[in-house]
Amino acid sequence: MRLRILDSGHGFATKVLFALIQTVSRQPVLDVVKLVKYRADFYGNPMGAVTQEAMRGQSSWSVGDRELMAAFVAKTNQCDFCIKAHSAVAQQAYGKDKDVYAMLSDPDLGMVEEPLRATLLMLGKLTREHSVDANDMREVLGAGASAQQIEDALAVCFAFNVIGRLADAFGFSVPGSEAFNAGAKYLLTRGYR
Amino acid sequence: MSNVKQARAALVTRILEGPGKTTPSERRAAFNNSGVRKPLATLVDKVATHSSTITDADLAVPKASGVGEDQAFEIVVCAAIGQAIRQYEAALSALEATAR
Repeated sequence: MRLRILDSGHGFATKVLFALIQTVSRQPVLDVVKLVKYRADFYGNPMGAVTQEAMRGQSSWSVGDRELMAAFVAKTNQCDFCIKAHSAVAQQAYGKDKDVYAMLSDPDLGMVEEPLRATLLMLGKLTREHSVDANDMREVLGAGASAQQIEDALAVCFAFNVIGRLADAFGFSVPGSEAFNAGAKYLLTRGYR
Repeated sequence: MSNVKQARAALVTRILEGPGKTTPSERRAAFNNSGVRKPLATLVDKVATHSSTITDADLAVPKASGVGEDQAFEIVVCAAIGQAIRQYEAALSALEATAR
């Protein structure tokens, strides 16, 4: 990472935790974990509360749908770390019925059912252009999404427009798929806090 | 998701008004991507508008100008959250406009 403090500036107890994670998972500690554990009162703890609520709080979107939104926002931002991390979580959440990687490979999202497809396309425009208008929202509503579903999707989009920027700025290293699969398993069982 | 707005507001209050290694006004400038002092202005703008193009040099320049790592950490976090908030609020306004 581009800031040494994020790699090795943690307190003793956190370093012990990292050693434990590495021993149990047999994988390197992901840079996103190092980020949220550094001066956690400043960013990690309050952002963790936001992300937990957006990704695991009450919503009519499934966990898999919300993880797919995270991966799609990451793809729009060209954030390699976040694409791999959240594609892995979405795939584990959906199971074998859906192929997340194939879904994301089509720019038109032809394999995604409505109203999730229209919602994703709106999130992509918002992420790419930093703004959307009422006509964009009418398209999503017309595809069958409720106003509450759109608000819930925007909460996901907010979280990953923060995290993706930090991954890019701090230079997260991108490990192999085994590390992301281990991280995905953790996020599905323990969440984001 | 009734709690997410409260959590987001608490996050913004913490990063802008809580204790830190930078002043609240420096953090507010990064959050707004406006009025950022020179060694950090390019980095903040890149975080906000095209973060995938950030390179090692974008962090090295402010550090060489005396910006500490903790200061850079706080400024980057504020810049990222500020831009994401602006996007979120623009989208929410667009959604609310459909009801008028």
